[in-house]
Amino acid sequence: MKQLTFEIKTNEQIAKNVYRMQLCGDTTGILPGQFVNIRVEGQFLRRPISVCNIADGILTIIYKVVGVGTEAMSRLPIGTQLDVLTVLGNGYDLSKAGDKPLLVGGGVGVPPMYMLARQLREIGKNVRVILGFNTKDEVFYEEEFRALGCDVTVTTVDGSHGVKGFVTNALDGKQSYYYTCGPLPMIKALIQAAGTNGEVSMEERMGCGFGACMGCTIQTTQGPKRVCKEGPVFPAEILIL
Amino acid sequence: MNRLQISLSGITLANPIIPASGTYGFGDEFAELYDINCLGGISFKGTTREARYGNPLPRIAECGNYGMINAVGLQNPGVEHVIAHELPRLKSHYNGCIVANVSGFSVQDYVETCALLDKEPIDILEVNISCPNVHNGGMAFGTSPEAAAEVTAAVKAVTTKPVYMKLSPNVTDIVAIAKACEATGADGLCLINTVLGMRIDIRRRRPVIANRYGGYSGSGIFPLALRMVNQVACATSLPIIGCGGVSSAEDVIEMMMAGATAVEIGAANLTNPMVAKEIVDRLPALMDELKIEKLTDIIGIVNHE
Repeated sequence: MKQLTFEIKTNEQIAKNVYRMQLCGDTTGILPGQFVNIRVEGQFLRRPISVCNIADGILTIIYKVVGVGTEAMSRLPIGTQLDVLTVLGNGYDLSKAGDKPLLVGGGVGVPPMYMLARQLREIGKNVRVILGFNTKDEVFYEEEFRALGCDVTVTTVDGSHGVKGFVTNALDGKQSYYYTCGPLPMIKALIQAAGTNGEVSMEERMGCGFGACMGCTIQTTQGPKRVCKEGPVFPAEILIL
Repeated sequence: MNRLQISLSGITLANPIIPASGTYGFGDEFAELYDINCLGGISFKGTTREARYGNPLPRIAECGNYGMINAVGLQNPGVEHVIAHELPRLKSHYNGCIVANVSGFSVQDYVETCALLDKEPIDILEVNISCPNVHNGGMAFGTSPEAAAEVTAAVKAVTTKPVYMKLSPNVTDIVAIAKACEATGADGLCLINTVLGMRIDIRRRRPVIANRYGGYSGSGIFPLALRMVNQVACATSLPIIGCGGVSSAEDVIEMMMAGATAVEIGAANLTNPMVAKEIVDRLPALMDELKIEKLTDIIGIVNHE
């Protein structure tokens, strides 16, 4: 864990209720699948947000406005200095990817897939990406994943964009391994349908976000695990869902 | 002369600052950010006889800018694991006062856990009779003078360590409970634990916390904690570790003026992991500003009329 100051470079809406913030600061040590925990003026607890990308000293996060804290974040002007805890959580294990990894993101579970996809492409993997949303107004980052050279399928529940239905409607079972982040019903369905091993980024309401308070501990087949410390990424086979 | 030095039951602390149990684990996470040897003491994560997973999730609810509710429910690996693994690690990189926070579900639980810890390199036993998050748990002992006295006497009988009873604010008369602990041999008191609270998700029409209620902590409870510390300081002669909503050096001075000898920092550690060190660093300048020569001069000073 590091406690650092970052400066907001951009903070803009990219889809319905979804914002992208680019932050300038020390990004060293941050791994795909990790998160940062941001102090927001007027809120007691920090806001844990997954890392979407790091590049040239810029940390990119994508967040959905779901309550007062994220609403306040969406109104922060460029130039604001933020108190940020970084290098939190474990991150994805790239060594398990195999030749044809599948990345599945649902809604605001999409952002952590981006840095993972980029790093998997950099080591020459054939990366297939399935991005699931409810409707076309919520879709983001389809082109960004294509620009990395990924094979991208978008699904929408109402069929207004891409394949109609859920992410599981786009599975072909040909992946070597999968990585996922998204809502719990999606994760459950994916684990059932995937046919291979994989790993899952979990989301829970957190107190501290760095392992001190035990607020986010889940039960696994290997005993209690803190989502913020031993997670947020867990092998699918140890989860009790 | 160390102007910040205080003493609890004959144990010297370099300063009065102690991270409160349950907000600091065993210090590992904080040691990544600063040298935790700057702290007067550390009260480690509440420990029970057997391992506990604790309560279902969600366990955390925010309360505006003033605090949070937690219903962790004493998740811990059990006292034998703590003695075998956590305590040696803490002891290997921390030289200050180690406060062992202990909870139980029966008098026998407290007795067995404290007896096991009696042989270990801990300095103070902090006996939690005030956890609001476990059914039939600690708080039941902390809500009646008779039960508090029973636990105090039973624990005192099996340990040579100083015994500090951690009291609940969720009572009609905290002074009566403090006096009962004093009468049965407690060496000191720690107060307050969290205040029983609730939040409701108005969109989903259900409690935010899976366990319905939880312990409210954070700066919002500071005035309540201060008042209770002062009431107990006026009514007993035991040393008090003041706790509840402390988040600045100013709060520490205020807590000591109310009657606390040492001060625990709780929820503030979770939102600003540097806060305990920042308070230690800030105290000398604040003391200069307030013309305080040494901290022991101000303990309970508002009661000296």
